[in-house]
Amino acid sequence: METDGYFDAATAAPLHPVAQQAWQAALADGWADPGKLYSSARRARQLQDAAHQAVAECLGVRPDEVIFTASGTSAIHAAVLGRLAAGRGHILVHSAIEHSALLRVAEHHVAAGGEAVSVPVDRLGRIDLDAWRAAVHQPGVALAALISASHEVGTLQPVAEAAQICADAGVPLLVDAAQSLGRVPVPAGWSMLVGSARKWGGPPGVGVLVVRRPVRWSPPYPQVTNVGLPEMVAAAAALRAATAEAPAEAARLSPLVDRIRTTVAATVPEVEVVGDPVHRLPHLVTFSCLYVDGEALLHALDRHGFAVSSGSSCTSDTLHPSHVLVAMGVLSHGNVRVSLHRQTTEEQVDRFLTVLPGVVADLRAEVGM
Amino acid sequence: MTSSVEVLDCRGQRCPLPVIALARRLPEVPIGTVVRVLADDPAAANDIPAWCRMRGQEYVGAPAPHTFEVRRTQ
Repeated sequence: METDGYFDAATAAPLHPVAQQAWQAALADGWADPGKLYSSARRARQLQDAAHQAVAECLGVRPDEVIFTASGTSAIHAAVLGRLAAGRGHILVHSAIEHSALLRVAEHHVAAGGEAVSVPVDRLGRIDLDAWRAAVHQPGVALAALISASHEVGTLQPVAEAAQICADAGVPLLVDAAQSLGRVPVPAGWSMLVGSARKWGGPPGVGVLVVRRPVRWSPPYPQVTNVGLPEMVAAAAALRAATAEAPAEAARLSPLVDRIRTTVAATVPEVEVVGDPVHRLPHLVTFSCLYVDGEALLHALDRHGFAVSSGSSCTSDTLHPSHVLVAMGVLSHGNVRVSLHRQTTEEQVDRFLTVLPGVVADLRAEVGM
Repeated sequence: MTSSVEVLDCRGQRCPLPVIALARRLPEVPIGTVVRVLADDPAAANDIPAWCRMRGQEYVGAPAPHTFEVRRTQ
């Protein structure tokens, strides 16, 4: 697998080797319908149970609280719609920097006559806990949703404090842990949690939804679980491996992120490195370069063999800048997100840091800056 | 205080062009002058105040839709 210069793990990490092995083993042994009553079906059923067990152990929950969905997005949608369907309030509270999947289902809820309250963040991308408290304590709140760490800038959110506020108010907390699972521990206290397998080295097309008892939640549509058995097994194997490797990987990657933060600020003029420099994910860093077109920057880096992501408006379908960068009030053009993974080496990072200043200077020269 | 207002028409331009135009124009006006940038790109409302913060200039505000005022302070 060619991953040299691939710095977009926050979108999809390269497949973990154990995921591939588990997928092939599950295809060989788990092809039968796990719902039937013959021996090949029982083997499939055992694999399915083991996948639930593995995810449950990683998250410290019961296997029957784990639901596999077709993606992280569908896990978020099922979490929110299923909670709203339980008829306990009409208000959805969420941070201003949730994943667009959460914002889309919030818009859907509002269009259907519900209410959504967005809680602001500070310049580093951390939620305002006083505003969170006020929002969660108003009457009629069905659910509060908080991303565990920003997928765009890496800032860790005060999940434990937010969960305590929710507990005091009797409101369940949904944590979108897509960027944290397999990377950093998720603080306790949540009622529902979602994740996306491709972000921890599992296959694409697998999401995870956890609903803790006794939270009232009902499936919003007939079949929430919508994943093939081999993908489910591969996702669970990858999560177990990534969780076991997480402390060592964080210790290896976090200094590389520090190096990027420091070097970019020192070698690229008029750049803003955004997000919390300390309370952050170990593998993700974002910066914005004044006077540079984000799309042109992505293409120029791609020509040098680097795959990165951007929150700049010119790189989005809607031509709107990233709602996360806007909520933080930081520069949105010339934006680059670098996210590292288990195959990222120090040499790859250093090559990127060597190439970047010239790439930015060339693009600025093209517009006379 | 009433000072002259310079108008910079960047309507139809995509970001970062309005910010580039502002960065070019502002050093040419006397300190204290307000430059009014007309820009309809969705990123302008975010990036013009962010540019002011990064460059130590004063973002005065948005008196009308797609209209952003910046005062040269240094």
